[in-house]
Amino acid sequence: MADPMRIRAQLKDGGITEVRVLMAHIMETGQRKDSAGNVIPAHHIQTVTATWNGKTVLSAQFGPAVSQNPVMNFSFKGGAKGDKVVVSWTDTKGDKRSDEAVIA
Amino acid sequence: MTTINHKRRVALKSGGSLAVITAAISAGVLPVNAFAADWNKAAFDAKTLNDVLKAMGGSAAEKSGDIVITAPDIAENGAVVPVAVASKIPNTQSISILVEKNPSSLAAEFDILPGTEANVGTRVKMGQSSNVHAVVKAGGKYYVATKEIKVTLGGCGG
Repeated sequence: MADPMRIRAQLKDGGITEVRVLMAHIMETGQRKDSAGNVIPAHHIQTVTATWNGKTVLSAQFGPAVSQNPVMNFSFKGGAKGDKVVVSWTDTKGDKRSDEAVIA
Repeated sequence: MTTINHKRRVALKSGGSLAVITAAISAGVLPVNAFAADWNKAAFDAKTLNDVLKAMGGSAAEKSGDIVITAPDIAENGAVVPVAVASKIPNTQSISILVEKNPSSLAAEFDILPGTEANVGTRVKMGQSSNVHAVVKAGGKYYVATKEIKVTLGGCGG
């Protein structure tokens, strides 16, 4: 199981909730070689989904070109303080991780 | 038993699993980008902007001044280049970030759902100085904006 994500969800002026996510992941591209010259197989996050109160607000697909420990910022309308934002991802090895944050 | 297995091998070879998959895609049996849960492998394997657009189901992209790419002009470390894209085009459905000179062009694709602001940010790897394209899908059409980012230290390989 991968390390937890860090999620911050903040209610801004105008009823917009700003969400910032930091995922802990190696994001190996499949392009690099180890010291013996063998290609290190790709291992990266493929899909990311964010839900607010059970409703999907953002879904994303990541390629290997997203940096290690990916950061994702987005915002949506309609959140209220105390609401739950859940972010989950799936990677190329089928690993999954889901974490939640409360809108502040 | 051996003969049966042998025939099966032949059948598999002549059938050509690749041909079957290709036929399925062209026949529209396999949705190319119907669900966000599906990873659009063709788009992430594509090398150029046009190939990515094709893999996403579009053709040509129109240049647009309503897409704003927020990224540094010069990135010191190509492994971590912050890129944010905001679209002022109404009904923005998705935002994609492409790095032209990376081994595969497409870095990330974000589906913008109703109620979600057309403004996303992430960090990408860049192998070398390159144009970065932001492709926005809005109302079934594709729009693109481009910004050149110079990289002093590459983020791929090494």
